[in-house]
Amino acid sequence: MTPPTQTVTADAAVANPTWADVNRDVIRTVSMPGNGYFAWMCMVGLTLAAGIAAWSWQIWIGIGAAGKRTPQMWAMYITTFVFWIGIGHAGTLISAILYLFRAKWRTSIYRGAEAMTVFAVMTAGLFPLIHAGRMWFAYWLLPYPNQRYLWPNFKSPLVWDVFAISTYLTISVLFFLVGLVPDIAALRDSSTGIRKQIYNVLSLGWEGSDTQWRHYRRAYGIFAAISTPLVLSVHSVVSFDFAMALVPGWHSTLFAPFFVDGAIFSGFAMVLILILPMRYFFNWYPYISDKHLDAMAKLILVTSLVLSYFYICEVFTAWYSGDHFERASVFAKATREYAWAYWLMYFCNSVVPLVFFSRRARLNTVVLYVVSIFVIIGMWFERFNIIVPGLGHDFYPYTWGTYYPTITDSTIIVGSFAWFFILFLAFIRVLPSLSIVEVKEAIGHPVKHGH
Amino acid sequence: MADATVLGIFTHADTTLQAIRDLRAKGFSDIKVYTPVPVEEIEEEIEHIRPLSKVRLFAVVGGLTGTATAFFLTIWTSLKWSLVTGGKAPVSIPPFIIIAFELTILFCGLSTLLAMLLLGRLPQTRPSPTYDPRFTIDRFGVAVTCPPDKVDAAGSLLSTAGADEVRR
Repeated sequence: MTPPTQTVTADAAVANPTWADVNRDVIRTVSMPGNGYFAWMCMVGLTLAAGIAAWSWQIWIGIGAAGKRTPQMWAMYITTFVFWIGIGHAGTLISAILYLFRAKWRTSIYRGAEAMTVFAVMTAGLFPLIHAGRMWFAYWLLPYPNQRYLWPNFKSPLVWDVFAISTYLTISVLFFLVGLVPDIAALRDSSTGIRKQIYNVLSLGWEGSDTQWRHYRRAYGIFAAISTPLVLSVHSVVSFDFAMALVPGWHSTLFAPFFVDGAIFSGFAMVLILILPMRYFFNWYPYISDKHLDAMAKLILVTSLVLSYFYICEVFTAWYSGDHFERASVFAKATREYAWAYWLMYFCNSVVPLVFFSRRARLNTVVLYVVSIFVIIGMWFERFNIIVPGLGHDFYPYTWGTYYPTITDSTIIVGSFAWFFILFLAFIRVLPSLSIVEVKEAIGHPVKHGH
Repeated sequence: MADATVLGIFTHADTTLQAIRDLRAKGFSDIKVYTPVPVEEIEEEIEHIRPLSKVRLFAVVGGLTGTATAFFLTIWTSLKWSLVTGGKAPVSIPPFIIIAFELTILFCGLSTLLAMLLLGRLPQTRPSPTYDPRFTIDRFGVAVTCPPDKVDAAGSLLSTAGADEVRR
């Protein structure tokens, strides 16, 4: 893609959009897409089909098709599960925490980020099923009493995880849908025929009357207030899956903040990966300006520096603990068969984002895009480095082992990206991916007599 | 005799607010305001004639129900199958707090949604007679319901305040 320039065509939005411009600029994105869009959809759809075929194969053959052997029973599935949960976090951060802080720059990116959250958690939610092997027994995860006494163990972090993820998914979906209601009403009022009827149902017949707004605003504030502790807790609970175990390199109180920071870091990179093309193709330069990109790049830089601090802590703790197994685990990660993944992680997460110290880099879309891709790769490998070499080198040599991915599990991982992107691509063409109401609020109310 | 309704359509937030103030000063209390975005000043004005939103009450009750449900579920389940795992007593509260936290948030969110729908009377199956599609773009609406003999007074109040259009 050539670097987009700031030139705007004659019919596109002007520098200072009015309220009517906002409606028009959002409504034109839900029109019939062109061939380029369908070409992308076909590619993503084919990749997804390959992923589904690989999963079917794994169900047919058994979990052995995934290349998981002791001691690497978690391997790539849990890596990718943690990765996708992490991606979701930036969306909630933008939609809830920045809402409570009244950060105005969030208005034009939060809808896209929130959709990203919902789809990322939906993608992550597939992995416990894929990983479980006999996924038709997945309902055993839920705590329900039965005649066979399959009582859940509430002291297990895996059960906490079930509660945390399902709550996170439910609340994210509710927050997302509630935010959409007034915007879908705007779409309804500008469309005709069957589309109008569908949008009318989705908008719940919203009219923007004072009664509706009053309760809506209160409810929205509460959603933001409960999402804030929730988002911080979810990745902490995910990190307990590791930190509660005795595996060297896992058993650390550092894990909760370490995971939360990494989640926000990778999530912001994914936001940029999604928002930059949207800005280019939808011509949303008046709404997503350099200021937004600058703010996001700064957040990536800050979270990267915090993450580097945690990396240093991790190594220091292993050394300072004096524990032989901790030290051996770090040494094995940095020098043995997975050393390439270990150093790749440091390069992508700690070194590459440093370019954002330069203002020119923060405003250059190509640099932003490339760094974001590096961050995504780095953060996937961070989880890989925790799980695979961690499990592969624990206390005794006879339990050590090397994991080799198979075509089946690799295809499922790639397919999960296709699943995420197909949901997102569909979303931006049928629902408003820019918040009409919040952008209007940021523009300011039209007043006759001035303030 | 049935009450009549007058609708004033405004372009500006401040004139809309002025119209509501004028109407209230003259004793009109059955007012419905349409806005494309929530406007704090208008909301404050409207709070005088409407009870305080009960969404927060729903949220608190829902949240506490979640907490209670979680402790009930975890403690009851553990007592039913009383096994010592991880060297902890069957009922050990600290790990159950995590479940309680998650269910508090879950129930709080669900009851907030319920409150928003119930109190805001959503979903609304058919549009209100005074609704205009421009209210989701950039127009504000003030609909006054009053006895037929006061319709002219309400209409002239709306136009003096700055309504672009007054519909009876």
